[in-house]
Amino acid sequence: MARAEILKTYKIYIGGKFPRTESGRYYTPKQDGKSLGNICLSSRKDFRNAVVAARNAFGSWSNATAFNRSQVLYRIAEMLEGRKAQFVEELMQQGSSKAKAEKEVFAAIDRIIYFAGWCDKYSQIFSAVNPVATSHFNFTAPEPTGVVSVVAPEDTSLIGLVSGIIPVIASGNTCVVLVSESKPLCAVTFAEVLNSSDVPGGAVNILTGHTKELLSHMASHMDVNAFLYARGDKKELLEIQKQAVENLKRVVHYDFSDVYAEKHQNPYYIEDFVEMKTTWHPIEKIGASGSGY
Amino acid sequence: MPIASPAVDQVGILDRVERITKRSIKNESKVQGLKMALNMIDLTTLEGADTEKKVIQLCNKAQHLHDAYPGLPTVAAVCVYPNFVSVAKTNLKGSNIKVAAVATAFPAGQSSREVKLLDTKMAVDAGADEIDMVISRGKFHSGEYAFVFDEIAAIKEACGNARLKVILETGELGTFDKVRKASDIAMAAGADFIKTSTGKISPAATLPVTLVMLEAIKDHYYNTGVQVGMKPAGGISNAKLALQYLLLVKETLGADWLNNNWFRFGASSLANDLLMQLVKQDTGLYQSKDYFSKD
Repeated sequence: MARAEILKTYKIYIGGKFPRTESGRYYTPKQDGKSLGNICLSSRKDFRNAVVAARNAFGSWSNATAFNRSQVLYRIAEMLEGRKAQFVEELMQQGSSKAKAEKEVFAAIDRIIYFAGWCDKYSQIFSAVNPVATSHFNFTAPEPTGVVSVVAPEDTSLIGLVSGIIPVIASGNTCVVLVSESKPLCAVTFAEVLNSSDVPGGAVNILTGHTKELLSHMASHMDVNAFLYARGDKKELLEIQKQAVENLKRVVHYDFSDVYAEKHQNPYYIEDFVEMKTTWHPIEKIGASGSGY
Repeated sequence: MPIASPAVDQVGILDRVERITKRSIKNESKVQGLKMALNMIDLTTLEGADTEKKVIQLCNKAQHLHDAYPGLPTVAAVCVYPNFVSVAKTNLKGSNIKVAAVATAFPAGQSSREVKLLDTKMAVDAGADEIDMVISRGKFHSGEYAFVFDEIAAIKEACGNARLKVILETGELGTFDKVRKASDIAMAAGADFIKTSTGKISPAATLPVTLVMLEAIKDHYYNTGVQVGMKPAGGISNAKLALQYLLLVKETLGADWLNNNWFRFGASSLANDLLMQLVKQDTGLYQSKDYFSKD
């Protein structure tokens, strides 16, 4: 007897849960005339809820030890490895060849492993002990910026998403991501990977929907501290920069048109979303031969 | 005379609350509701770690909720432990904001009548405008309703001109029927307000429990002509929920209860969420806690 086909319900990911959009709306992206599924058309209220979740998660995620965050990121890669067949299949559904799909999934896994290794090391290369003329031990160290709005690339479903959010969360930031509108499948499945990887609920929130509708809210929300725009539309970028002024959001733009390139794997991606804190620590005296530390 | 309370229709209560939570209030009505809710807050600090400085800070917050937004109302009252009443009184001088004090061995209420009366007297003498007492839940559960009634009546007498709010601690009462019974006893004994919770027990205030108490107030009003106020307290921290409470009051008791003489919220973090929503309505931008004073 033929089995009835079980189709997957693609939902959004907010605060570690998989709700449908509060608006009840959906859209149906197509590949070669064939529907990819009914995808949630997230509203500004979904975004607002996601920011609340991200803010709540910021405390525990940024306070986790760097070593622990590294382990959790590594765990994401492990989970992705275990489910690679599903991702390959979804990529093919969205128009990739098998070879291209496999390349994308492997690249995504490797990129997560790469940044997992940096979690407890990036602060060594970006921090400094500063020479000062008073009797202070003066040092500068990076801290996560806070909640980050991310607009993931439109043309790739998985590798662009991973390349965007993994360095953002590596330092302890939390984020709300708007994923590719025409290729949303892998992002939703990636949420399931995150959900089984000890990433605290709310550290990464994933929304599907129309960019036009959500962009201005993502850029203007006062409780969002930074914005990562990983698409090529200069008009959109300008709009984001204008709206981000109100609370001085840090706006960063990545060109991921050659997302597989080696140059997209470096710790400066982590540095883009940290704030440098300088501490003046009084010491007893500076000896004749220089400072005492 | 024994107090006969009617049985509560649990399914009906839950159903009405469910319908209330599906309403949406928007634009001008929302702004109006938010301001009204702000004006009904008893800004509360009831921590073991409270200090005079914290109470002074809270009094400041009560008078200057968010000066960047012109035309805001103040909160209704500041609610503190009895030993901070005089500090609060001094720091609220010249404003219309009342000082409420919890008394009667708050929050457990496990002490002798003498101690509870002294506790109340101390707060009243220090200038408290309102007293929030707790009922003896242990006695209530043992069926000693007369004891509970007498105690409330005695405290009411000790209050003098101060208005008395009676905390039922619904989270410890268990059923809607018991909540109804306790509400009826408190009102018959002279409560000016009935209040859900101390905020120290979970669950604290919920919409269904509040509706049960509002129904009791309504019946009491029809039977005696005496108006009694309502104060849900604890766990009400966002604006949407506050608006739902206002809807319940409006639809159960009518507009006469929609002011801070007859309805209050016991809350601390609610004020900032209301403010954030007001500013959102004004500017169109979702707000951050970073831009609102904590206490």
